[in-house]
Amino acid sequence: MKRGFSGPKRGENPGEEADLMDQIAGNIGLLIDYPLVNFKILIDGVMIGALFALAAYGLALVWGVMNVKNLAQGDFVIGGGYVSWWLVKNVGLHPLLGVPAAFVVMALLGGALHGTPIHNWARSQTKAMIWVSSITAVVFVIATYMGEQAGSIAGYAGLILTILLIINGGIYNLVISRVIERDLFTSLLATFGLAIMGAQIMNLLFGSDTQSLDLGYDTLYFADGLIDVPIAKLIGVVMAAALATAVILFMKRSRMGQAIRATAQDARAARVLGIDTEKVYAFTFSLNAAICGAAGAIIVMVWVIQPFYGITYSVRAFVIVTAAGLGNLPGVIAAGLGIGAAEQYGSHIFGIGYQQAIAVMLLLAVLIYRLMQQKRNRQVLQ
Amino acid sequence: MKLKTMTLALGALMASTAMAAAADCESITLGSAISLTGKYATNGVHAKNGYEFAIKKISEAGGVQFGGKCYNFNVIYYDDESKGDRGATLAERLINQDKVQYMLGPYSSGLTKAIAPVTEKYGIPMVEAEGASRSLFNKGYKYLFAVLSTSEQYLASAVALAGEKAVESGKTAADVKVAIAVENDPFSLDIRAGVMEDAAKLGMKIVIDEKLPRDLSDMTAILTKVKLVKPDLLVVSGHSKGAATAVRQIGEQKISTPMIALTHCEAADVTGNFGAAANDILCATQWSETLSYEDPIFGTAANYEIEFKAAYPEYASKKVPYQTAQATAAVYVFKDAFERAASLDKEAVRDAIAATDLKTFYGGIKFSEAGNNIAKPMVLRQIQDGAYNVVAPSAFASHKTNWPRGN
Repeated sequence: MKRGFSGPKRGENPGEEADLMDQIAGNIGLLIDYPLVNFKILIDGVMIGALFALAAYGLALVWGVMNVKNLAQGDFVIGGGYVSWWLVKNVGLHPLLGVPAAFVVMALLGGALHGTPIHNWARSQTKAMIWVSSITAVVFVIATYMGEQAGSIAGYAGLILTILLIINGGIYNLVISRVIERDLFTSLLATFGLAIMGAQIMNLLFGSDTQSLDLGYDTLYFADGLIDVPIAKLIGVVMAAALATAVILFMKRSRMGQAIRATAQDARAARVLGIDTEKVYAFTFSLNAAICGAAGAIIVMVWVIQPFYGITYSVRAFVIVTAAGLGNLPGVIAAGLGIGAAEQYGSHIFGIGYQQAIAVMLLLAVLIYRLMQQKRNRQVLQ
Repeated sequence: MKLKTMTLALGALMASTAMAAAADCESITLGSAISLTGKYATNGVHAKNGYEFAIKKISEAGGVQFGGKCYNFNVIYYDDESKGDRGATLAERLINQDKVQYMLGPYSSGLTKAIAPVTEKYGIPMVEAEGASRSLFNKGYKYLFAVLSTSEQYLASAVALAGEKAVESGKTAADVKVAIAVENDPFSLDIRAGVMEDAAKLGMKIVIDEKLPRDLSDMTAILTKVKLVKPDLLVVSGHSKGAATAVRQIGEQKISTPMIALTHCEAADVTGNFGAAANDILCATQWSETLSYEDPIFGTAANYEIEFKAAYPEYASKKVPYQTAQATAAVYVFKDAFERAASLDKEAVRDAIAATDLKTFYGGIKFSEAGNNIAKPMVLRQIQDGAYNVVAPSAFASHKTNWPRGN
């Protein structure tokens, strides 16, 4: 009855490498035998790439305007996903309305109220704020550790803490305003801490299980079912495109957009010319959080989310922004779609386990190319 | 105020009835580091509830009786925060400071792997219920015993079933093409090894063999390949996220593979989340309440489910997870071993555990030299119209397998 424990172990089987080569050759063969599959892979790639591009665009904004490299980018995405998921499951909101809802909630958390009368009032009540927040925090921690008996108490305490955070200028005021224009490591460390905290808080609030929302929409099939386009994914991509367009128009046309661009060019000059750069920073950061939140709300209805998935999106966003360069919006979008497609191709050929490796390899290739180009032109990299 | 008094009185009443059965018994202290927070918290709590339920039931049945005395179990728990190093430290603390002589296992193969060297060092017998990786049982541990089936058995029965179905439809088992997609972690690689071994025995061909990344949220690339090479059996294992992603995208991409087998269907609640897309998918489980197992303390498997739900109302609306049932079985193994050893000496208890041959509501329990349970098969359930029905092995099957899927 006892099974022999003699199965193949990793690395011990000499045939394994040959198998891998066979697999790769076989996978490329499939692409040639079924040319339509290329089309399908491209479609899948562009769909996921559109969401990478959204998160990356937010990062480019924050990086370019405030010189903050936000390592918590992916956690904002996942946070938006959970906001939408929670509202759908507990309030009965339609999943599609979860996208604007996540946009608003994440904007508030990011710091949308910074500098408004509410925030100014909160700032004048320092003592009260400290008392209320410390007591609620203690209640929250104790209730969390008591587990299910005190679940609703923890929930209310968490809600009060969130509201306190929002009226006090959100994450921007708590963390980011202290690291703007500081050196690289300060902002990296601060946002890394934010990422860890964020993931752990979501883990406490929502549990470690994977979650997703099923829209229940049909799937469109083409070419004998070989190409499938779930309508939910299609809607997601359209929403991503609409959001990106809206943000571009906002940056080009509105006064605030102009102020943001002016601050990005030269913060001191902008200040001299009467732009409240503090306000611009807070707005930029909350806009970024909002974009990420909307992306997350789209992701939860197309793929799955989990509290610790943030890093996946952070890595992609960094790769895309580094490859495209700051302030290059068409570049960010092209790089986002390109990385999505390259990953899908790569995971088809080398296996899905190498998906993230492919993104990082691409970054390496782009950096080497840039370096060579820079050497040839004797330019300073902007 | 009145309400408060009543609750208090009620609580006292309940406590007193629970105590009444074995009130004058002495106590035996067990120790357990278990994940009450962190990423394994959900299942850690399931396991702890299983332990506590067993203790309560055993006490109600007169406790552990030997040498003319009776004993009740009492467990010292520490929260390992789902971290291996923390688990090992806490095991040391239980043994050295709390002077615990017998241990119950933590949750997950990883944590068990971290704690086993410690219990081994001090010669403390540990009966664990939640670590299935076979890498736990090839290290020559003498004091580690597991009541559950090891992980390479999880989906091996699906391979046999695919072979049977091929023969029924006029082909041979060797015609079956198998696609495997598992996560790159010890547990899932064990599952892959088990499937590969059994497929090789039947002469089946492995057409896809992929590793899923840890942060999987999209497996369209694999499923596209599945569409092209048309395997007869698709095996996916990647904890809850693997099950959730697979079921969601199998539905979306209309994958028509005749047989699909997964792990962690219940944990990912695939029926609740994806409804019809989950239909006819096979799921591996250690235990099911519909099985015909029975013992004198917990009654039948079905009775266990009913009584557990009564004791823990938060499970009322869901299935009692097998993680809970096997935790209960681990405590039962200790009771049986103490009574046979008729001693509190840890070496005598260890030898008694090694000689266990027990029929329980959870299944047969008999340990191999290596400490894994060899008397209980894994069970395969198929999701049929949203319900989990046992379809394999045939000795326990309550329903016929729907094959091919979607018929």
